[in-house]
Amino acid sequence: MSVVTVQLGQCGNQVGRELFDVMCSDAEDAGRKTRSTAGWERFFRHTTQGDLEARAVLVDMEPKVINHSMSRAAKSGRWRYGETSHFSQKQGSGNNWANGYCVHGPGHRDAVEELVRREVEHCDMLAGFIPMMSVAGGTGSGVGTFVTQCLRDIYPSAFVLNHLTWPYGTGEVIVQNYNSVLTLAHLYQLSDAILVHENDIVHRICSQLLKIKQISFSDINRVIAHQLGGVLQPALTPDSCGAYSRNPLGELVGALACHPEYKLLSVSTIPQMASSSIAFSTFSWPALLKHLRQMLISNTKMEEGIDWQVRPPPASAGRTRTLTAGSFNTSLANLLILRGKDVYSAETGGFGDSAIYTSWLPPDEAFSLWKSPVPFNKYEKSATLVSNSQALLRPLDDMVRKAWNMFASRAYIHQYVKFGISEEDFLDSFTSLEQVISSYTQLQC
Amino acid sequence: MTQSVVVQVGQCGNQVGCRFWDLALREHAHVNKRGLYDEALSSFFRNVDSRKSYSGACCVGGRIQRLKARAVLIDMEEGVVNGILQGPLREVFDSTQLLTDVSGSGNNWAVGHLTYGSAYRESIVNTLRKTAEHCDCLQCFFLIHSMGGGTGSGLGTRVLSLLEEEFSDVCRIVTAMYPSAEDDVITSPYNSVLAMRELTEHADCVLPVENQSLVDIVNKISLMSHGAKPGCVLKKDCTVTSGHGSLSPTEKPFDAMNNIVANLLLNITSSARFEGSLNMDLNEIAMNLVPFPRLHYLVPSLTPLYTLADVNIPTRRLDQMFSDAFSKDHQLIRADPKHSLYLACALMVRGNVQVSDLRRNIERLRPSLPFVSWNQEGWKTGLCSVPPVGHSHSLLALANNTCVKPTFMELRERFTKLYRKKAHLHHYLHVDGMEQSIFSEALSSLDALIDEYHQLDATKARLTPDAPRLSIAT
Repeated sequence: MSVVTVQLGQCGNQVGRELFDVMCSDAEDAGRKTRSTAGWERFFRHTTQGDLEARAVLVDMEPKVINHSMSRAAKSGRWRYGETSHFSQKQGSGNNWANGYCVHGPGHRDAVEELVRREVEHCDMLAGFIPMMSVAGGTGSGVGTFVTQCLRDIYPSAFVLNHLTWPYGTGEVIVQNYNSVLTLAHLYQLSDAILVHENDIVHRICSQLLKIKQISFSDINRVIAHQLGGVLQPALTPDSCGAYSRNPLGELVGALACHPEYKLLSVSTIPQMASSSIAFSTFSWPALLKHLRQMLISNTKMEEGIDWQVRPPPASAGRTRTLTAGSFNTSLANLLILRGKDVYSAETGGFGDSAIYTSWLPPDEAFSLWKSPVPFNKYEKSATLVSNSQALLRPLDDMVRKAWNMFASRAYIHQYVKFGISEEDFLDSFTSLEQVISSYTQLQC
Repeated sequence: MTQSVVVQVGQCGNQVGCRFWDLALREHAHVNKRGLYDEALSSFFRNVDSRKSYSGACCVGGRIQRLKARAVLIDMEEGVVNGILQGPLREVFDSTQLLTDVSGSGNNWAVGHLTYGSAYRESIVNTLRKTAEHCDCLQCFFLIHSMGGGTGSGLGTRVLSLLEEEFSDVCRIVTAMYPSAEDDVITSPYNSVLAMRELTEHADCVLPVENQSLVDIVNKISLMSHGAKPGCVLKKDCTVTSGHGSLSPTEKPFDAMNNIVANLLLNITSSARFEGSLNMDLNEIAMNLVPFPRLHYLVPSLTPLYTLADVNIPTRRLDQMFSDAFSKDHQLIRADPKHSLYLACALMVRGNVQVSDLRRNIERLRPSLPFVSWNQEGWKTGLCSVPPVGHSHSLLALANNTCVKPTFMELRERFTKLYRKKAHLHHYLHVDGMEQSIFSEALSSLDALIDEYHQLDATKARLTPDAPRLSIAT
């Protein structure tokens, strides 16, 4: 089953290219034939000349980034994007969500739908879509939301998993909080699940774990691609009966997003280190899993500086929980993906412990485990945890708080009204997100 | 890539514009080694092959035949424009881009705005339309004029409202030269306030520049070059302190001051012309820096203003560049942004500067800069990889800051001093279409603007708590 990726805006196109790069080299490394075929099939297709083309559609409102991504891919010699699988215009969206959603989206709807349709026709069986975008700018966020809506309308039975990159808290764009709020509120109604990476966190991974001195956006994108690859590459799931899963998106959504109010997913990977150190390190499943579990419950994304004091609260703790009380991260559902040597002997009982989950979902429903004996991206053993938990609660709350403060003084609102978004639309979006925040805050007992 | 059109009106506008085209050509000549007409050039120039039949326009990618500026030159007296056409830039403009008359506006806004405005409306619109038609994707009009005279302020603002009528979805960025208190034109306060109202209502962004600041900066540069420290030599061949190495061998008066403004325009458009790791398009400037429609006056500040001739720039110098951008000596209007309130700030960096340098400096400077409560992290950043000629990097800071309020209040003072006595009023009221109400409306528009800034200033001292959040039924 194949997945069609839609890369939107500068961020989406840059991260997408790194992702396909990682998946291509991983599929090349995977020696065994069945795993290898499954790996190619899912994200790539073979052309009649024997070249490997990514199952992707590239969309941006200005041409520079798409041109750059396409030529970088072609230069790798191993894979490339389809010659005609891209759509761009001359002038960007000016960091304005309303411009992207109300003007550019509808204006270019037919062209983009046509590109997607052509890509879908190349799939034997469509597993679903992964739109990739950032939430801070205008095209990724605005056009991305519109395109997600179109995908929903045209392919109602396909799974849609949105991948979002959240910007640095200290900002590169002044109106990023507005754009983020509008995007998230709309996507919550349209997406099956929303997988989030935060620039701040990935930046810290680059500086503290990978020890990179002058961090560039390529470094950030490569880490994101590595983590996403760990999720999306083929694995043996409980439903797939001994073969590599043919329904990755459906199973992921089924495992994690069982309730419409809880759709935000975060990713942690272990180990993460500078590639030069990998050869000199040894890994053991017990150590990796112990660290990963503590990373989950103390809400850290790195295996350094973990707070080992954080423990699940005792069963007798009170019902109400505020945002700030305690640093324990309650999960709704977790998906653990293990790849590499001795994967069948890994002991994962710690993740099935009911103490780390909310009370209204039994642990055997809440916890899912996928495995693959094939190592991923040069790591002899690696574990990826996709988590539907309170991990994104604080960043989401900060984003809504800042946007709300700005909205209270009506700053910049005229820029959005100019293109068709009213104050009512803003209020609706704020209301939806407050609901999400409230749901996640109460996620315990 | 998108194109922009420069509309220069009046004597000052045309002189500054002329410096801009000179510097732009030099900058592109420095970067474009192969003589190909690339996207960067096409944003401000057309490539015309006069041997071809229809209009001769050539597409991007071919060799450069003849570059024509995407410009419209308007003046109601012929001296300046004729000077341009006889000077070294004559090849860059053709006669269809010019609009002139003979008698000038007599330093009278009403003559410029109403008399000439109506008489030339048709031809102005036609010329603008033709210039716009030559553009694949027109993104922005740059209007350059002074506020104190008659043609620049009067006809210039008339052109501004025509631009809004005819090309409503194209951004309008105005570079306006404000007169200093010692201006020799007596009626400059009238002209300025009448023009201000038009700018407040019809422009997307205004970059106010004060003559006095330019004079101060030029004086500082000549102080440096005349040996403040022994062994310090100013680099001659850079675009900032042009004159040397420019197309004309002799430096005319005001050239040094006009160069600074021309550099401002060069830097603001650099990200639209050249590549970089974090591009900042022109429509993003208005989007991020204008929180309320009328408060679109952005204080520009430019560094460096000169380069010492030593080649090695250690990191300390880079940080110094950021600090300088926020000091009051580098602002292009006389204002003190550090002691007023920032509504938003944009940093456009050119040259070999990385994201980490940018973040480090923002974090360093942030505590000393007062930002409005709802925009505490209000920075918009852009990185362009091509530095200006003769420098390794440069920084343009555009701040939407309440420090423009004192400038406007001073202008208002000078206006009321004359208006109270009805001095020179008859010159204006004699003009067909001009009424006293236009004066009073312009004054109340200025008052309202000052008041809006004042309201925001008042929030500075208060510690504003977070707005109470929406409560959801659980």
